[in-house]
Amino acid sequence: MSEHDHHELTCAKVVELVTEYLEGTLDPLDRERFERHLVICPGCETYLSQIRTTISLAGRVTEDDLSVEARDALLAAFRDWSRA
Amino acid sequence: MPLVSSVEHEAARVDERELLARLRAGDEGEFMRLVDELGPSLLRVARLYVKTRAVAEEVVQETWLGVLNGLDRFEGRSSLKTWIFRILTNTAKTRGVRESRSIPFSALGDDADDESGPTVDPDRFMTDGEFAGHWASPPRSWSQPEARLEAAETRAVIQRAIEALPSSQRTVITLRDVEGWSSQEIRNVLDLSETNERVLLHRARAKVRRALDDYLQLGS
Repeated sequence: MSEHDHHELTCAKVVELVTEYLEGTLDPLDRERFERHLVICPGCETYLSQIRTTISLAGRVTEDDLSVEARDALLAAFRDWSRA
Repeated sequence: MPLVSSVEHEAARVDERELLARLRAGDEGEFMRLVDELGPSLLRVARLYVKTRAVAEEVVQETWLGVLNGLDRFEGRSSLKTWIFRILTNTAKTRGVRESRSIPFSALGDDADDESGPTVDPDRFMTDGEFAGHWASPPRSWSQPEARLEAAETRAVIQRAIEALPSSQRTVITLRDVEGWSSQEIRNVLDLSETNERVLLHRARAKVRRALDDYLQLGS
């Protein structure tokens, strides 16, 4: 967002800025407008909090590990390598 | 640019020098720790280029052999992690070509038709009048008991939603939110611009939130 006018943000705009807000890449003026909007808008507040919950729950998804065979083969390869 | 203190940078560099020294000295515990730590991410990125999980696993194996081959010559101009992922993408691309199923990530392959447009259904906002652009139908809060949010079933909903994403969105959200990489690391490894990375992440998060919302509202 480049224009720094005095217009308040719409909800439709706020939902598209949540990632920039959470990643800390909004410039200070936009950040201020974003936060000002949140204070008066329960809908956007809910949306932002749901995105936060989504991120935190995604962090608990189980990871996809290498197979035991692959792991053993790598250990053997490392031993060969360090002996060479 | 994110503000990372130079102290932290310096600490990371020292840690990495130490890690390298241990690997070169043949510390297999350290090597296996690295294999386990990077394994899931390596597999995921490999899957962008090759068809099956089995081939992706071979690519990861080949990558580690390449790492061992080059370790003594590695000069630390990039971070160790970035270097390892570069070996992976080169290996995976070669394999992908051999399998004739290369997906050029930088071209955003399968996301081509999903790079713009709103991430929330426009019907949920008022279209005219004084409140145009404001919620007509605001999201309902997830007044769920904490236990339901934490349940394995809820995690499965998220996992399925992530799997259903176009591959570049899937990779970015997985590295950023599932595995907790920094945006900078993701951009280095996947060779993405800052804007691209953020757009992919934004679209991915919005879709996963939507899937979670559909699931949670259904039960309430």
